[in-house]
Amino acid sequence: MDRVASSWNSPPAPSRRARWLALASARRFDPVAGRLVPLFFAGALACALAALYVGFAVAPADAQQGEVYRIIFIHVPAAWLSMFIYLVMAGYGALALVLHTRLSALMVTALAPTGALFTAIALATGSLWGQPTWGTWWVWDARLTSELLLLFLYLGLLALDGAIEEPRRAERACALLAVVGAVNVPVIWFSVQWWNTLHQGASVSLTAAPSMALAMLAGMLLMALACWLYAIGASLVRLRCLLRERGVLGEAA
Amino acid sequence: MAQVFAATVAHDLLLAWRRRSGLLAGLLFFVVAASLFPLALGPEPQQLRLLAPGILWVAALLASMLSLSGLFATQYADGSLDQLLLAPQPLALLVLAKTCAHWLASSAPLLLLAPLLAQQYGMPAGSALQLAASLLVGTPVLSLLGAVGAALTLGVRGGAVLLCVLVLPLCVPVLVFGADAGAAADAGLGMLPQLSLLGACLALGLFACPLAAAAGLRIALE
Repeated sequence: MDRVASSWNSPPAPSRRARWLALASARRFDPVAGRLVPLFFAGALACALAALYVGFAVAPADAQQGEVYRIIFIHVPAAWLSMFIYLVMAGYGALALVLHTRLSALMVTALAPTGALFTAIALATGSLWGQPTWGTWWVWDARLTSELLLLFLYLGLLALDGAIEEPRRAERACALLAVVGAVNVPVIWFSVQWWNTLHQGASVSLTAAPSMALAMLAGMLLMALACWLYAIGASLVRLRCLLRERGVLGEAA
Repeated sequence: MAQVFAATVAHDLLLAWRRRSGLLAGLLFFVVAASLFPLALGPEPQQLRLLAPGILWVAALLASMLSLSGLFATQYADGSLDQLLLAPQPLALLVLAKTCAHWLASSAPLLLLAPLLAQQYGMPAGSALQLAASLLVGTPVLSLLGAVGAALTLGVRGGAVLLCVLVLPLCVPVLVFGADAGAAADAGLGMLPQLSLLGACLALGLFACPLAAAAGLRIALE
């Protein structure tokens, strides 16, 4: 009672933390997101152009694979993001289920198409690379198969979102599904180590020195950054659309 | 608590028994699906025996998917599911009981049929029984995962198909380990490693799936 009374008399000055948390409100977040989106897209474009320059002009041809290897500049970042976006979705899903926050539930739905896109890119570029290198478009290798399953998980989540009529229920159901499906991501990540199959092991690790030329690594990391920025920008755009579609912003918007 | 659990299982089994034709249709689907493969793949005994564990596992997986959409549907339609949510017992426990009943009614009979069908594929009796053992450990996980999908798709238009799309990717580890166990048993290698992995899936599923399905039911009935 005391605290209520005192805060009634003199509202506490908003601390840094409180201002940060205010972004969890859709009305506060929407204009901020609107200002950030062009920045993310510009950054993505700049990084992608730099990555293409490094990848095609600076990086040397691979000693074993020749020019074919250059597809890793898009394949590896797409594969990283395909898994990472699912984990982020699961994180937002858990947040939505625990704290009942609408914005994080919408974020799950907003991220899913981008995740599905990167999974499809990783699969497509992988098979384009596999034909000249392994001599086959597709093998039932552990990592390829689990990446395909990840695509099915994304598509299943989008189908669930499309099938449920009430927006609230659809959002919370998708949040739950994202959390449940997250058990598959470690399986994909470690599949290369657990099953010693055709797909090569990781070329980049945090603990060991990179086993590739510096220019190749730089091209890959730049493209990964570009994909990151694109993913953030695209999901923010989609989030703002969802906020309007589902009337979260209310009559004022 | 144990009483409520037993009563829920008994109630669901009784309901399933009253609608025997549904149970028989699931069994019939299993037999028909498993019998289609030799017609499509050709009758060479050597090849069929090699493929048998995988075929029987896929057929069992599809057959157990068939009845899943009905797991909560009738109780949802007549409103008694709301009572389950209001019950003083934890909802996850009641979900586990319903899942147990579903497994007993739809998958347990498949275990009895599977060795017979394995004979059809030329597997010797010993490996056929071991295949059934792998199904015994693996199929409960399918029912548990299916319960999560059934809760999520409750009352949704086209829910039965959507349920399969959601649940089948999650079932793949069980399918891989299970079919591999059957193949290893038939090749004369022990199937203990695969059986242990299936057991680990079962332990994880027993813990996590009822909780997730209960959360799904609360979302559906909010």
